[in-house]
Amino acid sequence: MIGKFIKSAGWPRIIIAAFLLGLFIAAPFVGVNIYTSFNNTLVRFGMNGIMVLAMIPMVQAGCGLNFGLPLGIIAGLLGATLSIELNTQILEWLVKFGTQYKYLSFLSQEFVTAYRQPIGFASAIIIAIPIAAVLGWFYGKLLNRVKGDEMMIATYVGFSSVSFMCIAWLLLPYKHPTMVWGYAGRGLRTTISVEGYWLRILNDALAIDVNEHLRIPTGMLIFFAVTAVIVWIFMRTKTGTALTAVGSNPEFARASGVNVDRMRTISVVMSTILGAVGIIVYEQSFGFIQLYMGPFYMALPAVASILLGGASVNKASILNVIIGTFLFQGILTMTPSVFNSVFQTDMSEVIRLIVSNGMILYALTRKVRA
Amino acid sequence: MDNNNNQPLLRLEHIGKEYYGNRVLSDISFEINPGEIIGLVGENGAGKSTLLNILFGNSVIHSTGGYDGNIYLDEKLVHFTTPHQALAAGIGMVHQEFSLIPGFSATENILLNREVLNGSLMSYVFSERVSTLDRSEMHKRALTAINTLGVNISPDMLVNEMPVGYKQFIEIAREIDRKNTRILFLDEPTAVLTESEAEILLSALKKLARSGIAIIFISHRLSEIKELCSRILVLRDGKLITDQKSEDLTLRQIASLMVGRESLRKEEKLIEDIPEQPVEIGDINETLDLGQKPKKKKKKKPALKVEHLWVDMPGETVRDVSFEVMRGEIFGIGGLAGHGKLGIPNGIMGLYPAGGKVRLFGKRLTLNRPRVALNRKMAFVSEDRRGVGLLLDEPLDWNITFTAMQNQGRFLLGIPYIFQVRNEFAMAKEAQKFIDALGIKCTGTSQKAGELSGGNQQKVCLAKAFVLQPDILLICEPTRGIDIGAKTLVLDTLKEYNKEHGTTIIITSSELEELRSVCNRVAIVDEGRIAGVLPASSSAEDFGMLMMGQNSNFVGGEEVNTNEKEGENIA
Repeated sequence: MIGKFIKSAGWPRIIIAAFLLGLFIAAPFVGVNIYTSFNNTLVRFGMNGIMVLAMIPMVQAGCGLNFGLPLGIIAGLLGATLSIELNTQILEWLVKFGTQYKYLSFLSQEFVTAYRQPIGFASAIIIAIPIAAVLGWFYGKLLNRVKGDEMMIATYVGFSSVSFMCIAWLLLPYKHPTMVWGYAGRGLRTTISVEGYWLRILNDALAIDVNEHLRIPTGMLIFFAVTAVIVWIFMRTKTGTALTAVGSNPEFARASGVNVDRMRTISVVMSTILGAVGIIVYEQSFGFIQLYMGPFYMALPAVASILLGGASVNKASILNVIIGTFLFQGILTMTPSVFNSVFQTDMSEVIRLIVSNGMILYALTRKVRA
Repeated sequence: MDNNNNQPLLRLEHIGKEYYGNRVLSDISFEINPGEIIGLVGENGAGKSTLLNILFGNSVIHSTGGYDGNIYLDEKLVHFTTPHQALAAGIGMVHQEFSLIPGFSATENILLNREVLNGSLMSYVFSERVSTLDRSEMHKRALTAINTLGVNISPDMLVNEMPVGYKQFIEIAREIDRKNTRILFLDEPTAVLTESEAEILLSALKKLARSGIAIIFISHRLSEIKELCSRILVLRDGKLITDQKSEDLTLRQIASLMVGRESLRKEEKLIEDIPEQPVEIGDINETLDLGQKPKKKKKKKPALKVEHLWVDMPGETVRDVSFEVMRGEIFGIGGLAGHGKLGIPNGIMGLYPAGGKVRLFGKRLTLNRPRVALNRKMAFVSEDRRGVGLLLDEPLDWNITFTAMQNQGRFLLGIPYIFQVRNEFAMAKEAQKFIDALGIKCTGTSQKAGELSGGNQQKVCLAKAFVLQPDILLICEPTRGIDIGAKTLVLDTLKEYNKEHGTTIIITSSELEELRSVCNRVAIVDEGRIAGVLPASSSAEDFGMLMMGQNSNFVGGEEVNTNEKEGENIA
């Protein structure tokens, strides 16, 4: 019974979960508030969940772990910055539509002003998705040319796209005063606040205040759940089934009349779009849009999370995402507070690196299929 | 070596070999005298390679428990555990695959590890490893070796710039340059050669034999064997069937010895209701009627017509193949491994680049598109069960219904082209139906395909094809790697399916007996071309002759392709 549980859960998860539990138990004794800790864990879970979810399509289609997640994140950043840059115009357009079309008549000036923030958030996502789709399509075409080395190439796609955007962020003709460098009047700043636009829009929606330390970010969790359900349904459609078969055995899929390259491209597009949506959700909670080198290391925690959740290089499920994100973010929140109280030094970064890189290393060495 | 003539150079006594309880060789005894050329023939899997591996001391043999019996070289007991020992004792081997270094010249390859060295202070102080090469002397030695073979190849030519025939000569030159080589094994050296190259090689070998080297020669071209060898050994199922002077054997006799008389009789009992029929022009339709069990439809139209098909399948190249398969027929494609029989169905299904014309019920089939082939109601069971045939990591219901789901839109819920989710209930139900019908041993429809035994996996592959409700079923190696009980079951299932649904079935198999017991007609593929199409009732000798590429000089020189044309005219 216990043996069976250990086998199905896997040692890494049991060890990490036990460690995390130990941290929670130890927390009150070293003067760390357990509610605050749990609150942070939940918030971080919601922030990162969708980016971890982005791993699923590519893993299932046999493209490996999406180390090129920064590409999707860049699409998300473009969506986010554009939604702020064009905020006023978007609102004007909506009011105009409201007056022009009868069935859109609810878009009155009052309505638009009242819901300025949700509209801003939605517009960020709506702008980001097509950008992510286009970038993902090219990225997918590239990965189809390097079958077998996807993860290596993906890593470089991620890194080089970040570097490319470092130039682009400076040159793109953004004008909005809250976003550009104050002294030059052009070029985006490294950190842009979303306050006044869509700060904590999901976190605060339907939030439940348990006590002064614990506030459950219901809206964000629901948003994650809905995205997860969409991915779950997609993986059960005809396309999703074909995609899984491609990942399981591309030769079988080809002999069954499936266009292998097309399925792989679809998975990469899906993954990139999820990455774009994920970063916008992350930013609304975090409060800032981080440009330039911001997306550089975003792929590693996501990759580590899903592996920690029990996914392999060629099989991943929603459950892997939920378990993995919770454990990984739990460790991340708990270690600094507890360890710093105990040892009076900052160990958190070291622990984070050991866990995330160790997990990736562990999963890659256990890659079963040749 | 001063052997007197009575003393054999190499003598084998009761050689036998088992691989994991599976006997592949038993009681092989023969001897070779200096200067003798012996031809070793046998079907795939008859034990030829195992015998050579034993004689050459290949590590495979040693690591799987050695061999039985004794080997005597110059009447001294020897036991090679590594090829190095065999080489030192004067045994040379020319492999089927080239073991040459592509970027090196002919000289360098011939003298590899036996280079002529210049002495120097450096080599005196350190070791021979640091001495320089005497290029001109090496050149001379290589040239001598090449000239011995009677070919004209520059010793400075790089191996990767040579035509395949030349490479073969370089391999042999390397063996004869070894001063002490006294026995030479050649494993199908002519397989890659053109006819003229093969002739040069044969005369070179004769020349070598005259100088006292004993040669063991393996080939599937019987006429070559007969021309070259003084004695012929026939292996079948790991036993030495005959050891005779080649003058005493005709090609037909060799062929029938190889394929086996006993099994032939057994088969004839199986198909005794079919009268013996000489192969004649134009009786394709008659032949068909002989074995045609399903409903007496007077359909003479071909279900599948293949014209000048070529397929670029690695290791199974199809060069130019034309044949017809009648409606409701079970058609067999046989031949030796590597001659392209597997390429034919794989090419028709679009899995490998192919060209030529394929007509399905009179309508042209687009090649190179698996989806098109599937949509035209063809189903395919791959020879590579684990590589192509199955999703090993997915449950059985996925394996069985996936192809039908993707191509025929079955087992789905929702609106086509807009939103469809797989219907897991229907998938499991369908899978269960086939699990019961075919008797697949498993824990349920959700068991992973990779966990089943070979025979059950094969049944899953068949179920996958049956779910498609095909008009034409192409099956490759239906019984490869499965035990005897499962074999009969699989073959019976095919026969029954053919009878019940009138489905045209094309079976490709290396096992001729299997084809003869199931099929109406069997085509034999030889070097990428159809050597002939025979009714299953034809004698084993005729099949054997076709397999050995002897189609032109049997049955009164009748080309079987003309048969086809006649059949087409009648249709």
